[in-house]
Amino acid sequence: MDTEQRAGNTAPAGSSDDGANVAEVTLRVDGTVHQVTVDTRTSLLDAMRQRLGVTSAKKGCDHGQCGACTVLVDGRRVLSCLALAVAYRDADVTTAAGLSGEELGEHPLHRAFEDHDAFQCGFCTPGQVCSAAGVLDELAQGRPSAVTADVAGEPALGDPGQLDREIAERMSGNLCRCGAYRGIRAAVAQVAAERGLDR
Amino acid sequence: MKPFAYLTPPDPRAAVAAVAERPDAAFLGGGTNLVDHLRLGVTHPGLLVDVRSLTSDEITDAGGGLRVGAAVCNADLAADPRVRQRYPVLAQALLAGASGQLRTMATTGGNPLQRTRCVYFQDVSTPCNKREPGSGCSAIGGATRSHAIFGASEHCVATHPSDMAVALAALDAEVLVLGPDGERTIPFTDLHRLPGSTPERDTVLEHGELITAIDLPASTIAARSRYRKVRDRASYAFALVSVAACLDVEDGIVRDARIALGGVAHKPWRAYLAEEALRGAPATDDSFRAAADAELAQARPLEGIDGGNAFKIPLVRGALAGTLRDLAGEETRP
Repeated sequence: MDTEQRAGNTAPAGSSDDGANVAEVTLRVDGTVHQVTVDTRTSLLDAMRQRLGVTSAKKGCDHGQCGACTVLVDGRRVLSCLALAVAYRDADVTTAAGLSGEELGEHPLHRAFEDHDAFQCGFCTPGQVCSAAGVLDELAQGRPSAVTADVAGEPALGDPGQLDREIAERMSGNLCRCGAYRGIRAAVAQVAAERGLDR
Repeated sequence: MKPFAYLTPPDPRAAVAAVAERPDAAFLGGGTNLVDHLRLGVTHPGLLVDVRSLTSDEITDAGGGLRVGAAVCNADLAADPRVRQRYPVLAQALLAGASGQLRTMATTGGNPLQRTRCVYFQDVSTPCNKREPGSGCSAIGGATRSHAIFGASEHCVATHPSDMAVALAALDAEVLVLGPDGERTIPFTDLHRLPGSTPERDTVLEHGELITAIDLPASTIAARSRYRKVRDRASYAFALVSVAACLDVEDGIVRDARIALGGVAHKPWRAYLAEEALRGAPATDDSFRAAADAELAQARPLEGIDGGNAFKIPLVRGALAGTLRDLAGEETRP
């Protein structure tokens, strides 16, 4: 958690600190600032989909097991179904749809998912794309994973087999019932290569 | 889901006071387990006190060891170079747990306090002494594949699900706690309790007590440590059995060992009998298996409609011996 998020997580006026079961929250999603009053029980996912009209993140299991609801909060991947909207007020949320845009252009992951047929029905895809964006950042930082040979060192991404294993392990929180995993792994590997992470 | 109020107090003391004065209040950290339980109806607090921004999110050098603030997320703790070099078993345990998204949300203070994944505990339509004291245990006589072989009671046979906690038990970590009456320090091995007749209590923490940090002690043995997790699939699954081990070998003789087992008990199971058997023994596969057997002598596997959990006995023996073998191999490298 960086300091920006921590600073943004203090109680503003109109929160439920007076004991009410509703709270006024400011949610910044894909660059647009929304102010809504939500029931404290509302997840970030439901707030986006039902109150803000932002339907990029999908509700799969609603229990944190499938990854379809994955979004980026302050650049890091989280599950929006297990995030209470009230606890993420003033957070900077990016969905898969927000990764591309007129100013941003097409995100390399969007193109790579098309290049490799990394989906069939597409329901899990926005979550896959957000998770992949997080994975690429984590690889660029040299963070290890459970399949990194030496946890004290950096992952060896120059070997294509090991890069594939690193991607598969890091993407394991995103299920695809169509079984497009082969294409998903290839798509993430393509962008990793474009960014020079495979050296 | 039952309605609840939500509070972000200005500091940890105010958070402790807010929870202590209301029996139906709960702390909210990363929320990865609690929010799911709210949705399942496993728990129904009337007030959530969000402590995520109140405790430290920094890892600081302290007395030759490290102090980990309760708000440090699991992903950042696993990525810290000091943790990876000085306490590899902890980094490995963290990376073996959950998914990348969950590790970004889950906190150092919250991870050890996650509840059991016993299916009957999470299914509110079945009796469970941990969820509803006195209602009975549905696992006993039911499906016990994921349940305890050590320290269970006639009231509860659940296991603790955390990987991080197994490593912390092996590392002799300490838990810094703030309560209504001030601060106290609890050895990590004493934080969790066995179920006995009160399985509703996972830990020794009193209502309103808040974990503010976890201390990793200065340690030479921890630099040679490993975590091995055995599970039904290669990633994103809870442990059937896991091993956290630190091993010190000199001239082919085990000088010291620290071992904790996961997936086998209501708490991270520190394997004191195995450690005792290893000290002074030759660092051989025979010694490692004998040490495992010394611990397993007190195992009490469960029968079950799914075949029970006696399979965990050879699984512990193999996983523990294999982990020690790996560590002994490390020792002989130049």
